[in-house]
Amino acid sequence: MVGALLLILTLAPLGAMLGCLALRAPRACERLNLAAAIVGLAAALPLPVAAFGRSYAFWDRYVLLDAIGAWTLLCTAVVYLLASIYAVGYMRLLDEDGRRLHRFYALFAGFAATMLCGPLMNNVGVYWIAIELTTLVSTFLVGFELGKESIEAAWKYIIVVSAGISLALLGTVLFYWAGSLVLGPTYDMTWSTLRAVAPKVDARLLDAAFLLVLIGYGTKAGLAPMHTWLPDAHSEGPAPVSAMLSGALLNTAMLGIARFLAVTDAAGGSALPRTVVVVFGVVSLLVAALFIVRQEGVKRLMAYSSVEHMGVLALGFGFGGPLGIAGALYHMFNHSLTKSLMFFGAGNAMRAYGSKDMSDIRALPRHYPVSGALWLAGAVAITGAPPFGLFLSELMILRAGFASPQAWAAIAMLVLLIVIFAGFLNHFRRMYFGEEEGRGAAPALRLGGWLTLPMWLALVPVAVLGVWWPQALWSFFHSVAAHP
Amino acid sequence: MLAAHLDPLAASLFSLLAIASLLLAFVMLGSRWLRDYLVAFTIESWLIALLSAAVAYYGGYRELYLVAVLTAAFRGVLLPYLLKRIIVRLNVDRELHLSLQPSSSLVIGALLVVFAFVVSTHLGARLGLAGTVAVLALTVMLSMKLIGFLMLAVRHEAISQILGLLVLENGIFLGSQILVPGMPLLLELVILFDLLVIVVCFGVLVRYLVAHVGSTSSRELRRLVG
Repeated sequence: MVGALLLILTLAPLGAMLGCLALRAPRACERLNLAAAIVGLAAALPLPVAAFGRSYAFWDRYVLLDAIGAWTLLCTAVVYLLASIYAVGYMRLLDEDGRRLHRFYALFAGFAATMLCGPLMNNVGVYWIAIELTTLVSTFLVGFELGKESIEAAWKYIIVVSAGISLALLGTVLFYWAGSLVLGPTYDMTWSTLRAVAPKVDARLLDAAFLLVLIGYGTKAGLAPMHTWLPDAHSEGPAPVSAMLSGALLNTAMLGIARFLAVTDAAGGSALPRTVVVVFGVVSLLVAALFIVRQEGVKRLMAYSSVEHMGVLALGFGFGGPLGIAGALYHMFNHSLTKSLMFFGAGNAMRAYGSKDMSDIRALPRHYPVSGALWLAGAVAITGAPPFGLFLSELMILRAGFASPQAWAAIAMLVLLIVIFAGFLNHFRRMYFGEEEGRGAAPALRLGGWLTLPMWLALVPVAVLGVWWPQALWSFFHSVAAHP
Repeated sequence: MLAAHLDPLAASLFSLLAIASLLLAFVMLGSRWLRDYLVAFTIESWLIALLSAAVAYYGGYRELYLVAVLTAAFRGVLLPYLLKRIIVRLNVDRELHLSLQPSSSLVIGALLVVFAFVVSTHLGARLGLAGTVAVLALTVMLSMKLIGFLMLAVRHEAISQILGLLVLENGIFLGSQILVPGMPLLLELVILFDLLVIVVCFGVLVRYLVAHVGSTSSRELRRLVG
């Protein structure tokens, strides 16, 4: 049953990719990709329930479904569906004649397929390969518009991320080496083997390996100071791609860090790994705060907000404990939804005003009352204000922080979150209520249902999750923290 | 573990190959001609293939023969061929703008090797492996990693950056042959294959760079800041 669901989940986007390449008709490709996304989400929804308190292994233990992996898959599938709906409307605006659309949808579905494979990989080395594959596919999505800026972003993306992720490979080799000193030269390097062998391994070697892995996957997850590719790639790709990068891809890499943290926890010797993760979290928040306050591009603003939220996730996993893990996982889901919403809104605004600069976007509520209100609600949510889900999850992570030995980091997080709140919403104040600067005509673009529907679909759950906290969810997170 | 009890001949052969590869990384660092980089990379790949075969012979890991053949075919023949084609098509033959002279890069590279040596001796001593070929492998692996990063940082031509990435990966490959020869075969095969995909992707991207940016130097890529 679970095996069949996993097959459906990964084969649906793969099938859509092949179908798009074969069909080439733009409308058919749209529908095919959308259908794959719906099927994928339907297959991903039961997975956390199935993985509650237990895990499954398939295919010679190469494929693993555990609670944390199922949760990440769910986040990815949700974002994939939202972005696919949005892509229908957005790509029609972007590419009127539709001659390259089949290529876009093929890449898009392929990108989703690689991201849905990553969290399922039980072999640590194969997980690395899956993450590397996501980079290769998404590079072409980032550069899809073929402008000078998008090519530049794609080039930076592939160079910085491939170089960074090669450090993760080095770390993986060192982990394997550490294990081979105990288990003999050949063994299956799965997550559970590593956890089992970790207590018998020299702590320094484990620390060194973990640091390399952290820098490697941290590059991919957009932790500062390795985040340099992120604002470029997120701002230059088409908006649905930005949503996928931000809402889904970063989580897939963060999952690797969380799993390696579980390995070093099992070793139990050294506090270094947790401290370093926490420090990266604080630095990410700091860098994001500085760049958010002085930002000019609308999508770059969202991109730096992703750096911020990856920092928050790193803090959650770094503080650890049931509260930290639960907060981080809850935050991951809320962030996926809200950030998709923010990129959709940013894409709409960019197309409507024909500019990437926030200074050109003025008097939004007058021209777009409904979608403007949705976007504003999203902005309030993403900065962690109540009554939205992100408020709850950030509060949980803060509480975990004050209970942990790294209380200083919790204080820093609190201060920086306030700075980001003020800086981020100040940009929205100007876009919504700022004085009209009289540049060009009022926007003429009408936002169709494809462009606003996904915003509703993203906002409603975030609002619901902010006021209603199901007991089942709590016990699910608790089981993740108890059995990593 | 293999590296701890080797007969002296095998140990010195491994050391020789590892050190020769490290020297070739310095050749790349000390030159400004793309052709030199390519030749150095090719020889380095062949040395690594040779090392795989040697480990297979002395350690009795039969499947490493396959890895050796594939390394030679992919990294020793196919990748250099693809890169050569890109170089010819782009009509660039050397780094035009150096942000660091080759001589200073050599000095920095030497410092990086010293750093790598300190780290690996420290680790090796803790693991009771001091003085074995494992420490040397670790040193070479880390130094090639650092030199690759140095190349990525100070070179601007697209081809040099691709080669920098390949040096990073060569370092890992070299070290892993000696440290973890029993690593599952599937993994090594897929990583080899992965590399091929990377280079193909880069090939496509470089063409975009020429077509839409008009240059293959990353110095031109500075529109996105802040």
